[in-house]
Amino acid sequence: MAQKTVLFAKHVECGAKMVDFHGWDMPLNYGSQIEEHHNVRQDAGMFDVSHMTIVDLKGPNTRNFLRYLLANDVNKLTVSGKALYSGMLNEAGGVIDDLIVYFLTEDFFRLVVNSATREKDLAWINQQAAAFNVTVTERPEFAMIAVQGPQAKAKVATLLTEEQKAAVAGMKPFFGVQAGSLFIATTGYTGEDGYEISLPNEEAADFWQKLLDAGVKPAGLGARDTLRLEAGMNLYGQDMDETVSPLAANMGWTIAWEPSDRNFIGRAALEQQKAAGTMKLVGLVMEQKGVLRHGQKVVTEGGEGEITSGTFSPTLGFSIAMARVPASTGDTAEVDIRGKLVQVKVVKPNFVRMGKKVI
Amino acid sequence: MSNIPNDLKYATSHEWVRDEGNGVYTVGITEHAQDLLGDMVFVELPDVGDVVAQGDDVAVAESVKAASDIYAPISGEVVAVNDALNDSPELVNSSPYAEGWMFKIKASDASELAGLLDAAGYQSVVDEE
Repeated sequence: MAQKTVLFAKHVECGAKMVDFHGWDMPLNYGSQIEEHHNVRQDAGMFDVSHMTIVDLKGPNTRNFLRYLLANDVNKLTVSGKALYSGMLNEAGGVIDDLIVYFLTEDFFRLVVNSATREKDLAWINQQAAAFNVTVTERPEFAMIAVQGPQAKAKVATLLTEEQKAAVAGMKPFFGVQAGSLFIATTGYTGEDGYEISLPNEEAADFWQKLLDAGVKPAGLGARDTLRLEAGMNLYGQDMDETVSPLAANMGWTIAWEPSDRNFIGRAALEQQKAAGTMKLVGLVMEQKGVLRHGQKVVTEGGEGEITSGTFSPTLGFSIAMARVPASTGDTAEVDIRGKLVQVKVVKPNFVRMGKKVI
Repeated sequence: MSNIPNDLKYATSHEWVRDEGNGVYTVGITEHAQDLLGDMVFVELPDVGDVVAQGDDVAVAESVKAASDIYAPISGEVVAVNDALNDSPELVNSSPYAEGWMFKIKASDASELAGLLDAAGYQSVVDEE
């Protein structure tokens, strides 16, 4: 039996086509995923992301624990509410998961991790936390709704109390704040402005309905995938996993090498990988007809690579992809599309931000 | 419930066939098929004049989800293609049985028509999926 989020009935009411997503019954689309995509780029859309896992870490040693657990350095978090994106690596330097960590108070940090990796993440975190006396508490009593798009914040504001409005006023990207029963964060997976809002399960359906009434349209997993790919954001399990180095997954920027005496899990392996060199994750653009897809072979002068994520970009009107290729790859490559080699452009894996083309 | 018009013939691979008279048949994909594929982004059509055999892959429907081969439900010569799909592939989604048609075949073996499914037969194919 697939698990259902507390918003399941709202999805059915909104006409969703439901699909199994790693054991969760989730909306693929509510009619047209391309329309949902455009709506997020141009106005405001919302996603049920209640399947994601919220984990609270408490104890006086939490910061030290996270400095050991994560490849990015939580010492960058000095202001309460500030968030950081990081990989959580194994000893071999492979990516167990990618996550967002929020610094709330010195003895209270919050993680948001992927749903598909929930069990292994919790097992790993608990195993590592024991030595630090950090308590690890999953928070399944919270639902999560991502409201994204240029009009997202204005539309959410119509639902907020004066106190909540004051709490989010002027909040910069990558911050989270507890405002009444809502934990409101300026994060997302679309490359647009907006919030990810965690709230008690029992309030979620009512909040969803109020967002609908405020003109926020629901968007499904299909649009979520094309939006994140245009924004050049990795999808765990597809663009990287435990067998892939963050250096080969465009996550080098999330590794905090300094201070050099900070020991974090995977550091020794990463240093070796860095010295030896790795493949790299690039963006591909194909302006002619056709669609680049996950798993297609990429041919370059320096050897073969593979498309990790590919799609038709609704914003650009042609196909884009992320591909792992040899480090020597230049400005062009060829992709084997159903037996035909097609030339594509190689770019940085970042295609659309804030509604605008960036390639 | 998916719309399956009674006046059409169907292939198990989800193409529909409409008799236009004079041995010419229009081909498209069913509402059920477009629903499975999701939003269409490109349709690669055959060339007018192509001679095709029943079961040949003659067109490709690329949706947000996948690239799917479209098979010739009958043998013959392609006598027309729906050029409107070049600019508006979404017609396959919005109007699978009318504006979203794909190509027309002048049949070379009328006996193949008898082997296609009627609406009830296609309905049971859909039900079994």
